[in-house]
Amino acid sequence: MADNSIQALVLKRLASGLVTLLIVSLLVFVGTEILPGDVAQAVLGQQATPEAVQAIRDQLGLERPAAVRYLEWLADFALGDLGTSLVSGREISEMIGQRLSNTFFLAAVAAVIAIPLSVGLGLLAALYEGRPTDKGISILTLIFVSLPDFLLGYILLLLGAVVLGWFPALSKLSDSMTFWQQLNAVALPCLTLALVTSSHTMRLTRAAVLSVMHQPYVEMAALKGASRKRIILRHALPNALSPILNIVMLTLAFLVVGVVVVEAVFNYAGMGRLMIDAVSKRDMPLVQACGLIFASVYVLLNLTADILSLLTNPRRRRPK
Amino acid sequence: MSRFLSELDVAARLGLLIVLGFLAAVFVGPFIIPYSEVEIVGSVFSPPSLDHWLGTDNVGRDLLARILAGGQMTVIISFLATCGAFAIGVPLGIVSAIMGGWFDLIVTRIVDALMAFPGLILALIMLSALGTSLPALLLVMSVLSSTIVFRLTRAVAADVAAMEYIEIARLRGENMRWFLFKEVLPNVVPTLLTEFGLRFVYAAILISSLSFLGIGVQPPHADLGGMVKENSLAITFGRMAPILPALALAILAIGINLVVDGLLKRNADLDLHK
Repeated sequence: MADNSIQALVLKRLASGLVTLLIVSLLVFVGTEILPGDVAQAVLGQQATPEAVQAIRDQLGLERPAAVRYLEWLADFALGDLGTSLVSGREISEMIGQRLSNTFFLAAVAAVIAIPLSVGLGLLAALYEGRPTDKGISILTLIFVSLPDFLLGYILLLLGAVVLGWFPALSKLSDSMTFWQQLNAVALPCLTLALVTSSHTMRLTRAAVLSVMHQPYVEMAALKGASRKRIILRHALPNALSPILNIVMLTLAFLVVGVVVVEAVFNYAGMGRLMIDAVSKRDMPLVQACGLIFASVYVLLNLTADILSLLTNPRRRRPK
Repeated sequence: MSRFLSELDVAARLGLLIVLGFLAAVFVGPFIIPYSEVEIVGSVFSPPSLDHWLGTDNVGRDLLARILAGGQMTVIISFLATCGAFAIGVPLGIVSAIMGGWFDLIVTRIVDALMAFPGLILALIMLSALGTSLPALLLVMSVLSSTIVFRLTRAVAADVAAMEYIEIARLRGENMRWFLFKEVLPNVVPTLLTEFGLRFVYAAILISSLSFLGIGVQPPHADLGGMVKENSLAITFGRMAPILPALALAILAIGINLVVDGLLKRNADLDLHK
């Protein structure tokens, strides 16, 4: 059974992740090409003179077949050339640089809050299953899951910036700020993001831990008279580790998408707002670049989750 | 009906009350309220008063009238998009489960690819090409939401298709359509109903987020998310104007989620009693 060695499995998973990335890039490309008419016409809208349309068609190389343009775009992308913006004419990689790091900073700080919060609450709810603590946490998360991101954002903005005045209302970063000033500037958007994503992942953690706690071997351990602490630490936790790691990665993936709305609420100069601007101005090359970056990060995080779960859960190494 | 109600827990009954109250408010309210959602009746961002219970919005329209009309827009769009998702997902799911083979393989792969993508990002990409007309919005939302409907229908239908009475129907030589409507569909309905609630909430939050980002429903029409955007400036003066439409959306979502949670628990109980 050399086929099932752990390296081979991880390699196989990596390969299928690569295929997913390719399909995703194809979707991004096709997604911006599903126009009923012509991209150039759509970009220009009312101001579409024949010359202007032709200029854009030339710039995008629309005369050539789509398959060729897709391959070129993909190859350029892999080499770090993201093309130029239709609206501003600037290099896209230049426009993205600072914004990408701003967004990663936001997501990283949010993750530091969200992961312990969601895993901790999920464990707590699972350990006190059916008791008031559990019911309280469960109802609270049901409410939080139902809240649109911008509602939480504006409530925190109203409380934190306007009523209490602890944090700035506009989250603006600059290089001259110290790390603590930067943290202060992103506190509200980070808290919003963390609360939005925690409610999802907390529910997942609770379900994962409960499904382990209901296994026969946990009951067996209890019947043998093992202490509650021993049951949880020796029997349940090692088996719950894989789903929990998965959930942590999933939280990160949620964060990456959550930034789009949260950045708009707090006027934060990140990737999300760049993409929104690009979409509303129909700046296709910029939309494609942002879309591919968002989607790749998302796919890579999911891939990492899968590989971690392969490494931590020996059962998954055996084909069913 | 009363038996159905008695099987639901308190939270789910409360949820049902919220949902019915919300629907009544947005569909009947605009006829009762003395202002229309487009007329300018006061100064900009005036605070709540006896004449204008929730105050006025960014151009001086009555905010309550706006929220009722916007809520109606959100409910109608979300309902249509969810119906669209089911119209795509359910037939594909059932046919995939019964036919199997290459058809199943292709559809499943496409759905997997769509689900490998964060929904909001895919919506943004597609809308940047299609534009933000109402049919384009409905199409994008339906397609995005149909992936989960497809998976669920396929899974449930595959379970049903493996049962003996289906085998008997097959042996009797029934044709495909009879099969779908008489044998498979009735057994899939309870699961799909709860899913309809969840998909509806997803659609309502998606369209509101898109409108909030300026890429959903376009002026002069507005849904709840668009109203949050219109009034976003008021927050720096400490006014609630952008929070109220968002709160209305949250109330609807919480109501539906409570009902769905109750239904899921009830279905789980029924399974245990078998």
